[in-house]
Amino acid sequence: MKLVVVGNGMAGVRTLEELLRIAPDLYEITVFGAEPHPNYNRIMLSPVLAGEQTLEEIVLNPWEWYGANGITLHAGKKVVAVDRRRRTVRAEDGTEAAYDRLLLATGSNPFMLPLPGKDLEGVIAYRDIADTQAMIEAARTHRHAVVIGGGLLGLEAANGLALRGMQVSVLHHGGWLMERQLDRVAGELLCSALEQRGLQFLLHAHTAALLGNEAGRVRAVRLQDGREVPADVVVMAVGIRPNIALAQQMRLHCERAIVVHDTMQTVTDARIYAVGECAQHRGIAYGLVAPLFEQGKVAANHLAHHGIGRYQGSLTSTKLKVTGIDLFSAGSFQGGEGTEEIVLSDALGGVYKKLVIQGDKLVGACLYGDTVDGNWYMQLLREGRSVQAIRDQLMFGEPAATP
Amino acid sequence: MTTETRSTCPYCGVGCGVVIASRDGQITGVRGDPEHPANFGRLCTKGSTLHLTATPEVTRQTRLLQPMQRAARGAAPQPLGWDAALDSAAARFASVITAHGPDAVGFYLSGQLLTEDYYVFNKLAKGLIGTNNLDTNSRLCMSSAVAGYKQTLGADAPPTCYDDLQHTECLFIVGSNTAWAHPILFRRIEDAKRANPALQIVVVDPRRTDTCEIADLHLALLPGTDVMLFHGMLHLMLREGWTQPAYIAAHTSGFDALAALVRECTPERVAAVCGIAQDALLQATRLFATSPATLSLYCMGMNQSSSGTAKNAALINLHLATAQIGRHGAGPFSLTGQPNAMGGREVGGLSNLLPAHRDLANAAHRAEVAAFWGVEQIPAQPGKSAIEMFEAAADGEIRALWIACTNPAQSMPDQATVRRALQRAEFVVVQEAFAGTATCAFADLLLPATTWGEKEGTVTNSERRISRVRAAVPPSGMARHDWHIAADFACRLAERLGRGAALFPYTTPESVWNEHRETTRGRDLDITGMDYAMLEAAPQQWPLPAGATQGRPRLYEDGRFATTDGRARFVAAPYQAVAEPRDDHYPFSLNTGRLRDQWHGMSRTGTLGRLFGHVPEPVVQMHAQDMARHRLADGDLVHVSSRRGSIVVPVVASADLGASQAFIAMHWGPEYLGGRSSTGMALAGVNALTTPQHCPVSKQPELKHTAVKILKAELPWSLLAMAWLPDGEALQARAQLRALADALPFVSCVPFGATGNGTGHTGVLLRAADRAAPDSALLAQIEQVLGLSGLDTLRYADPRRGQRRAVRLQRDGATAHVVGVLLAGDTRAEAWLRALLQDRLPAQDFGRQLLSFQAKAPAGVQSRGKIVCSCFGVSESAIRDRLGQCSGSGAQRLAALQGALQCGTNCGSCVPELKRMVRATAALA
Repeated sequence: MKLVVVGNGMAGVRTLEELLRIAPDLYEITVFGAEPHPNYNRIMLSPVLAGEQTLEEIVLNPWEWYGANGITLHAGKKVVAVDRRRRTVRAEDGTEAAYDRLLLATGSNPFMLPLPGKDLEGVIAYRDIADTQAMIEAARTHRHAVVIGGGLLGLEAANGLALRGMQVSVLHHGGWLMERQLDRVAGELLCSALEQRGLQFLLHAHTAALLGNEAGRVRAVRLQDGREVPADVVVMAVGIRPNIALAQQMRLHCERAIVVHDTMQTVTDARIYAVGECAQHRGIAYGLVAPLFEQGKVAANHLAHHGIGRYQGSLTSTKLKVTGIDLFSAGSFQGGEGTEEIVLSDALGGVYKKLVIQGDKLVGACLYGDTVDGNWYMQLLREGRSVQAIRDQLMFGEPAATP
Repeated sequence: MTTETRSTCPYCGVGCGVVIASRDGQITGVRGDPEHPANFGRLCTKGSTLHLTATPEVTRQTRLLQPMQRAARGAAPQPLGWDAALDSAAARFASVITAHGPDAVGFYLSGQLLTEDYYVFNKLAKGLIGTNNLDTNSRLCMSSAVAGYKQTLGADAPPTCYDDLQHTECLFIVGSNTAWAHPILFRRIEDAKRANPALQIVVVDPRRTDTCEIADLHLALLPGTDVMLFHGMLHLMLREGWTQPAYIAAHTSGFDALAALVRECTPERVAAVCGIAQDALLQATRLFATSPATLSLYCMGMNQSSSGTAKNAALINLHLATAQIGRHGAGPFSLTGQPNAMGGREVGGLSNLLPAHRDLANAAHRAEVAAFWGVEQIPAQPGKSAIEMFEAAADGEIRALWIACTNPAQSMPDQATVRRALQRAEFVVVQEAFAGTATCAFADLLLPATTWGEKEGTVTNSERRISRVRAAVPPSGMARHDWHIAADFACRLAERLGRGAALFPYTTPESVWNEHRETTRGRDLDITGMDYAMLEAAPQQWPLPAGATQGRPRLYEDGRFATTDGRARFVAAPYQAVAEPRDDHYPFSLNTGRLRDQWHGMSRTGTLGRLFGHVPEPVVQMHAQDMARHRLADGDLVHVSSRRGSIVVPVVASADLGASQAFIAMHWGPEYLGGRSSTGMALAGVNALTTPQHCPVSKQPELKHTAVKILKAELPWSLLAMAWLPDGEALQARAQLRALADALPFVSCVPFGATGNGTGHTGVLLRAADRAAPDSALLAQIEQVLGLSGLDTLRYADPRRGQRRAVRLQRDGATAHVVGVLLAGDTRAEAWLRALLQDRLPAQDFGRQLLSFQAKAPAGVQSRGKIVCSCFGVSESAIRDRLGQCSGSGAQRLAALQGALQCGTNCGSCVPELKRMVRATAALA
């Protein structure tokens, strides 16, 4: 049987790894990848940008791996059409491949704000190796950088650019940083920690336009309140959109992303699977790495005809890859109606921890400055077991709670 | 430039001389006056820290510094000028007197006033206004001794002196914890025992107090059975032929009736009633009767009793029957509680007395005083004693109250009645040096008075010795001298009443004293041979009539007593049980008494954290077996309830008490121990419990015995908050915290730490409990006051469980110290966190463990425990550790201890406790 994978990123290749482990000889496998690289660890781009790792170091599966596993790789070939009736895939350059099973792992695209000047030179997104290299190059030749978006990716970009010597301003429309991952207290702690590293932040900042110079390169960002922030480079990190253009063209049912069952099969076509950021499961399209691994495992299991794996959704947790800043959040860390909070803080020590409890269970955690217990909390969240008996020790970690 | 001023200590009745050092109008030091015959240079823990109670920081935070007036009860008082204040007081008093008669006003004064202050107030009430409603807190303290002396010896005059301690062969200490209440006298007892090892010391006290450490025999009699004991001793004396019939025949009357009365007080009966062994009874009796010279020392255990006068008389009976009186080293010696209770008695500062030991009931005495003062008459209508005065005010009979230098909302028994009185009275004036006393809260008008270090005048100590009190510094703020306030008010009142304008011509305390002196001419306490100049040179004992050059150390040496026929009278008063015996409903006998390092309502000693080192917080003590039976553990909160009121306080086991007995220190008033009943009533400290029932003769209430029940308080949410705060803020913070937590069912709030220890910081500790967690806003306010709101504070909060913790760390280079802690909900970590904070142990290694619940201290934290020696800050644990390395006899080990740690080598107040610890620790083999 033939399996074609569209997308040479972490989700698609991880699924193949799982598949090869349990059914190494079942499929004849072909992989299409839009980027001219073997599979690399996208989430490690930030350390590359920060100069802490090299591109070679973040490659997960080198070129030889594909050959050794009998996989045909079409790197740098973007798939532009799929004929579901004939069960063939065609790339931009005309390369075709037939399939019995198709795995869509097209990931997502960075969202570019529809601003005047968004097409100026020096305005980039932060998604792949090319973007990373563009930033590294810009830092070599320019001084002022503006990052739009104070979320996970934006802060990592800002930190990397600052470490490469740029003066970086982060424009964030929210009241505190990483508001989807942190509560206000933790967000403010993070902000002051990054400020101490020389980053500048403008909160409640709404961008109106990107201004260019005569040469067509960006020179400043104008805010809605009229302020202008000088910028030789503007990094847009305001979020991602699942890459579903191909799926839509294939007339697969999409909402925010490609809708899949618990088996990771698309609801439209049982021969076609979707995993990773392009997949929408039970209403959720994940943007993090952990769910993708879980989805890959289920998809592989099903492709291998084992037929027993079901994906039931993921509890996600967040970590920021900025050296020296430890933060972790998971579950319903914002609390709210019907929940109770346990809070520990050490402002001077730069530590803040919040645990959210509903009924007798831990349902969320937000840790800043001390994340050693993050995995334990994650485990408790996943297991959903009662923490009533250890509630008073919960904050002080697994050793304290297991006398 | 430092100047030195000789004066007198304002605390107990020993009356020690002090030398005050001052510079630029500030008191900078104090030391014992080596010349003063009461102490010869020694001072106790309280006296030696007097200067620390007069620092600018303490003054600014605790003193009443200007006249204040409340527009309405409960409102914040507003400042006003002296003229306006005194005019307003005169107008209110005049209108009450005019409308309702002179007996509608009352004056409640203090044994801590100077003789001159007292004299002016007495003349104001009895001479100008024409009411005998003038009483003092000496009523709670000495009135049974007064009545006892007068009934037996004919005059209110202790016939003995301190020197007798050096001559006595048998010291009989009854109802007095001399070691704590009169420490300098106890030093002299220790000296006497050292000089004369044959000296036998008997201590009669229901509790095994520190005084018992020096005793050869301790009779732990049941509370209130003293009269039975003394009658039983007389019974044995008669049986054994130990009385002195010749003396009895020559110098006394009434012995036959007494002998008949004690016939039925057989040793069997006495042993049963008093709860002591017959052997011990016989031994005590033999020592008393057959010793060459027996001196009894007694105090509140005798006086604060519903049979106080009978107890005093029954003890004096023994001295008369055995002729143990009028000789060196022999006689009944009543120790006065307050520094000038004696002076107050001398000027007639009680509702039944007139100047110079005259009696109000005596028409001739009234006429003499009226003539002397130049007033028409002294009213015959007896005045109201303290208890009666407040009951009358509570009933609306007395409408205006003037309270000076005392704190009845703390110290009077049956606080429910006292509070009703203060609330119901139309006009309450409080003349005070300190702004934070419980009584100040009830005042319509607050008048700032000068205090120790600022005042001029005289006081008389327990041995009839008059000493000068001198000012070292000018008055603080707008404070004025008590006599001056009284005289100024009197002149304004005289004008409104249209009489007596010339009664108060005083310009100096000396001019007042000279008038007082004249009233004593020809009386038992004649001091017409004295003047201020003589007192400048040295303190003098009375009597010292004109022509004499020195006072009389001993009275009745010639066997002539101050009665009309010169014979002492035996008093045959039968034994009566306590007024409120314990029963099934109230099964414990509650006793109250002093702590070693505190004084009365603590308005002065309470300003020093170091004086809380010995006993840091309010507790009720119980016998360990009683606690076990009631399933109580040390530190558990209990409701202690009497028929009048209830308080909540932690319980601790004490080996000093008998079964079914309980003890709470008298000092723990509402300023330090608060709380609310389930109906929202404010709990009023230890005297919410005590009984107003009093001795029918002396009118002194039975503060030494109340029937109470003790039940575990179910207040599962608890709070401990403590912090080091700057000296200049800590006392205010303490008062704020006390007020903040006022609505909780239990609250206690105390300072701690050695003030003036060079760190510039004083500790404040708040403890509270409730049925469930209170509003978190309250905790936030408490944190704010304790400086726990900043970024340097570690926090933990689980609001639903009522758990909240804050730990403030001060980082100093590589080390960090805990400087503030709040534990709410689960406070088990108190034991070690408290040690970290109070002992300033390094805390940098504990990290966020500081916020954990664990009761067990992390490695490296050991609490020092209570401070035994407050002069050198030596802790119980340090002493125990050291004792483990000492060898030899008890005396050798004590000496080794003192050599190594210095404990007990300054004021000596802790020596009895050190001895007890030495005895309790096995010597190194």
